[in-house]
Amino acid sequence: MSIFVDKSTRLVVQGITGRDGSFHTRQMIAYGTPVVAGVTPGKGGQKFEGTVPIFNTVAEAVAATRANTSVIYVPAKFAADAVFEAADAGVKLVVCISEGVPVLDMTRVWPFLKEKGVRLIGPNCPGIISPGAAKVGIIPGNICIPGPVGVVSRSGTLTYEVVYQLTRAGIGQTTCVGIGGDPIIGTNFIDCLAAFEADPATKAVVMIGEIGGTDEQNAAAFVKAKMKKPVVGFIAGQTAPPGRRMGHAGAIISGSSGTAAEKIAAFERAGIAVMKRPADVVALIQGRLKARKPAARKAAKARKPATRKAAKSRKPAKPRTRSR
Amino acid sequence: MNIHEYQARELLARAGIAVPPGIVATTAAEAKRAMERLGVPKVVVKAQVHAGGRGKAGGVKLAATPEQAERFASQILGMQIKGLTVTKVLVVPATDIASEAYVGVIVDRVSHSPVFMVSPAGGIDIEEVAAKTPEKIFKATVDARYGLLPHQAMALAFHLYADLAQVRQAADILQKLYRAFADAGCSLAEINPLVVTPKGEVIALDAKMNIDDNELERKPAVEALRDVAAENPMEVQAREANLTYIKLDGNVGCCVNGAGLAMATMDLVKYYGGEPANFLDIGGSSNPEKVVTALKIITADQNVKAILFNIFGGITRCDDVANGIVAATRQFKVDRPLVIRLTGTNEQEALRILEGVGMRALTDMDAAVEQAVKLAKGGAAA
Repeated sequence: MSIFVDKSTRLVVQGITGRDGSFHTRQMIAYGTPVVAGVTPGKGGQKFEGTVPIFNTVAEAVAATRANTSVIYVPAKFAADAVFEAADAGVKLVVCISEGVPVLDMTRVWPFLKEKGVRLIGPNCPGIISPGAAKVGIIPGNICIPGPVGVVSRSGTLTYEVVYQLTRAGIGQTTCVGIGGDPIIGTNFIDCLAAFEADPATKAVVMIGEIGGTDEQNAAAFVKAKMKKPVVGFIAGQTAPPGRRMGHAGAIISGSSGTAAEKIAAFERAGIAVMKRPADVVALIQGRLKARKPAARKAAKARKPATRKAAKSRKPAKPRTRSR
Repeated sequence: MNIHEYQARELLARAGIAVPPGIVATTAAEAKRAMERLGVPKVVVKAQVHAGGRGKAGGVKLAATPEQAERFASQILGMQIKGLTVTKVLVVPATDIASEAYVGVIVDRVSHSPVFMVSPAGGIDIEEVAAKTPEKIFKATVDARYGLLPHQAMALAFHLYADLAQVRQAADILQKLYRAFADAGCSLAEINPLVVTPKGEVIALDAKMNIDDNELERKPAVEALRDVAAENPMEVQAREANLTYIKLDGNVGCCVNGAGLAMATMDLVKYYGGEPANFLDIGGSSNPEKVVTALKIITADQNVKAILFNIFGGITRCDDVANGIVAATRQFKVDRPLVIRLTGTNEQEALRILEGVGMRALTDMDAAVEQAVKLAKGGAAA
């Protein structure tokens, strides 16, 4: 199992013939993602690499191929319109990779998507991958393996670093989502945490935040109030000087809200185990997965009636501890 | 991108907001002539610099004669405010003030919308008002598809003034401010203070606008407002090469792909007992020339004692980075130790390129950072 993308994904690539679009479409197909259509205005009727049909509009692509998910690789100045187009065509999940989308464009996109009930991931994000099932975006497939951990992050390469650490230790992932570093993004931490909590295959979640804004603090409150699954967190930018933009439009500390110290404190208050450095993810996740086992068994028992013998041999279920 | 107060005032005036006249001077003599031209009994001489707290730093002075304006201007020009040198002053008539208010609009991440903030307690930092008297701040969320609606502007203005004529003037200013904000592609636009004169006119005395960098490509007229002289020269060079560079005070130079990983690398430098000399993100698709520029910028910082590359190849190809490092060492002398960590796309090719010139690379982030910190402290490589 996974969240947002899986084997039922039918992907249309907006900007499929562009430099980035074509490169990453090849990678997504090689990974086994069901890429059913591409869109490049003026190239309708052609085929991408002789296999994927290209359309002039997303509406045509959806009508012909029943695409349900779109990924956008168009230049930033056209990205907002590409999102509008995908939503208008009835696509329910839009993943926008484009970097440098003007934030005022996003202020117009956001209420439109909300009214349409369309989920947007990004912009300025690496996309989403459910290892072994589907890859939508640019996360390198070879650093991921299937397994029980959900990963959600505001960053790109830092996500790769953490996933790489997990994979090297043999810990796989249900889904890795890069939600993007911009000030206005379609899907935030809480959306992903809620989805991971509801996904039976996900046993623990890694949340990678950074300085700027209050998303991590809100996410921490959500973890405390609504989540039973263990969460491990990291905040990048502990050494960033206040008031300076650190590349991501989102990574700016203004005033007191948004510092790393504040976010780490919020994590700790919510019972989220905080990684001091990316490599800590392995030990913390291993600890949480082990600590969780008794509860997981208990849940399994509740679902299907166990035989009396099995029930007898089981140790009394300990209250599940999220020990810190 | 930051723009100066005088530029923000121009944008507001163009949007139809009443802004008192002002003249920019780059020399003390020009400041004197500016006061003579304005023909007013008193002027304020204001430093034009991309930093807050100008008043406290002595960058804002009230002058009663042209000679005094000249003297103050000569003091302010060349002054350092938060590390930035003042090269321009704005000379404006001193205005009699009956009341001061704050009005501003920002892009709010939580509501995903532009949000107006107004307060009858103007003239001071809005952060201070928010901290001490939050009940004096009033907000309205704007649906960016429709802009600030007239009734919203009126409702905000009623929080500022009791006099209906002033309320109408303020509401008009708020709508014009929103248009200026949207037209210039701002992430923030504020008027502080918005004042009422003894005659009952509502005018903008000081203005601040921050422009979303992502707007500049499609708004060349706004990009033209950039004052390169007011920015850190190394940061300008980096921007022109499409890199993001921010100088810090430590001695471990960092060159990383991706902002999040760059920050995490800086944090790890600190974790192992070192201090990062900079934030530098070479971005996604990095060609070798970008890496050469990055190395030039890092080595120009004399504090740097060791240079750390941390590259996790995705879109970025490790071989591109390796080629860039090799090209840089051929173009100029990299006279400080390099620690290179490369992993991901085309990693093997990159290792071969580096080995070809006798350089080594690591694949583990912690090991690389630890080694760079040790070298910066004057230790030997592991």
